[in-house]
Amino acid sequence: MLKYIVHRLLILIPVLFIVTILVSLLIYFTPGDPVRVMLGIRANEEAVARIRAELGLDRPVYIRYLKWLGNIVQGNLGRSLQRNENILEMILERLPATLELNIFAILVSLVLAIPIGVISATKANTFIDNLSSFFSLFWVSMPGFWIALIALLLFSMKLHLFPISGRLGPIWTKEGIWSLLLPGLILGIRQVAIISRLIRAGMLEVLNEDYIRTARSKGLAERVVVYKHGLRNAMVPAVTIFGLQVPELLSISVIIEIVFAWPGMGMLLVDAVFKRDYTLIQGIVLIYSLLVIVVNLVVDVLYAYIDPRIKYD
Amino acid sequence: MSPERIHHDTYTRVVLERLKGDKGAVVGCIIVFSIVICAIFAPYMTSYDPLKHNYNKLLFPPSLSHPFGADQYGRDLLTRIIFGCRYAIIIGGAVVAIQLLIGVTLGLIAGYYGGIIESIIMRMTDVMLSIPSIVLAVSIAGLLGGGIQNVIIAVAAVGWRGYTRLVWSEVLSIKKETYVEAARAIGCGDLRIILRHILPHTLASVIAYSSISIAIAILWAAALSFLGLGAQPPTPEWGAMLADGRDFMSDAWWIATFPGLAIMITVLGFNFFGDALRDALDPKMERGL
Repeated sequence: MLKYIVHRLLILIPVLFIVTILVSLLIYFTPGDPVRVMLGIRANEEAVARIRAELGLDRPVYIRYLKWLGNIVQGNLGRSLQRNENILEMILERLPATLELNIFAILVSLVLAIPIGVISATKANTFIDNLSSFFSLFWVSMPGFWIALIALLLFSMKLHLFPISGRLGPIWTKEGIWSLLLPGLILGIRQVAIISRLIRAGMLEVLNEDYIRTARSKGLAERVVVYKHGLRNAMVPAVTIFGLQVPELLSISVIIEIVFAWPGMGMLLVDAVFKRDYTLIQGIVLIYSLLVIVVNLVVDVLYAYIDPRIKYD
Repeated sequence: MSPERIHHDTYTRVVLERLKGDKGAVVGCIIVFSIVICAIFAPYMTSYDPLKHNYNKLLFPPSLSHPFGADQYGRDLLTRIIFGCRYAIIIGGAVVAIQLLIGVTLGLIAGYYGGIIESIIMRMTDVMLSIPSIVLAVSIAGLLGGGIQNVIIAVAAVGWRGYTRLVWSEVLSIKKETYVEAARAIGCGDLRIILRHILPHTLASVIAYSSISIAIAILWAAALSFLGLGAQPPTPEWGAMLADGRDFMSDAWWIATFPGLAIMITVLGFNFFGDALRDALDPKMERGL
């Protein structure tokens, strides 16, 4: 197992390397002189020259990249152009809020999606199954930011069930959970729509297998057949796709953060984009990719754990 | 009529027959068709101006004269939504056109030539998979300076990888077919083999995927406009309308509701149609034959 994890970690290095190239290309292809765009038209020449030197824009592009890469390897993401703060510290300050939101959404989606998927599969093509597939299709077609707006309008502004916006505290405080509930549920239910269909498809395939018939014919309770023999095998493909869903989840969480004024990395990113804080944008995109890569690694390891047929080497 | 022509006609007819029998396809087709009609004939469908302020009708609730109500500047919401169809269709169409060009070309090259070129292209698509799409799109649109044109570039830039993977996997199996070998044996060049013998066989799945990716493009572009990076007020673009009306939504629910419904119905229409098209174009599906 350890060997497998190390092997997976080694594969990450080239992926991360290409991500850093892409991230630095982002700035390279920005039209105009980023420093002038950032400082405005009336900026004096001295300030422009100083920032250019600070960014290293006066040096060739590969030198700039290598220097930046060298810093990243040492855990130094540089300083924010606009606020002159350490970028890593800025991101780490926002990271817990983003993680809370996404982990809560994942838990919601698993708690709801597994039973819904299993019930849809065991009662395939009945009213319940059709209802859940109808619901899924509608929910994934709705823009995330719109559902969030409507929920905010209905549950916070009209019914006063949840705070209007913001994060009132860390997750272990009562206020923290209270403010997390609505954005977390909105983000999670969208994933329910996707994952429950995957589990349904997986279950339908598995339930037709011979060993399920064997399990039934030897007199096992239907519950045991479905959950112990069926679900565990149906989870194997679901787990992989779950890993592929993570970038999507993080994407939508950016928008949910904006609607709910949730002070996470997504808000920091949009803020940085509007302030044209190039170094901060680079740092945030990099950390987001790192999150995806780490989660996918965890999913791969989990996959190997769920399905013993997978060889670690 | 050449044998090829007959085969082509039959296939088209079968696909159309299948689509007619599929409720999702019919509903999707009606929705997509209505939206295109709205986009083309927008000025003739309503007597109101989408941009002109009317201070007698500020936040006017839905009524017979204004079925969807009026917004914070007294503009008829239905009119603005009808004009919004133009932006949805133009943005969705432009994004998919760029994605097709980049994605299909790279997919064909990667699949056909293989080797190091394939590795580079396919690793790129893998890496793109590890950057959350909205994060990348927001960064690109923002760095380019916002606006509809830059939103189109940003959404296209993050979405092409779907086409590349799709076409690549198709080419891998097609290039082993005997007719490709035969074409090569009689001395066809690579370009001719790719364009005349391989590309046509990938089109079915590419077309079906296009319908679904228009839906995704419309959703993302609306999201970017909502964040303030795309169409700017007073442009009657649905995402921008939602962002613009956000502060008034507690007093006027219709401002927050109808533009979102418009996005949802459009996306649903393209999704329904795409799903049905994928099933109908699949030669392996025997249903309806």
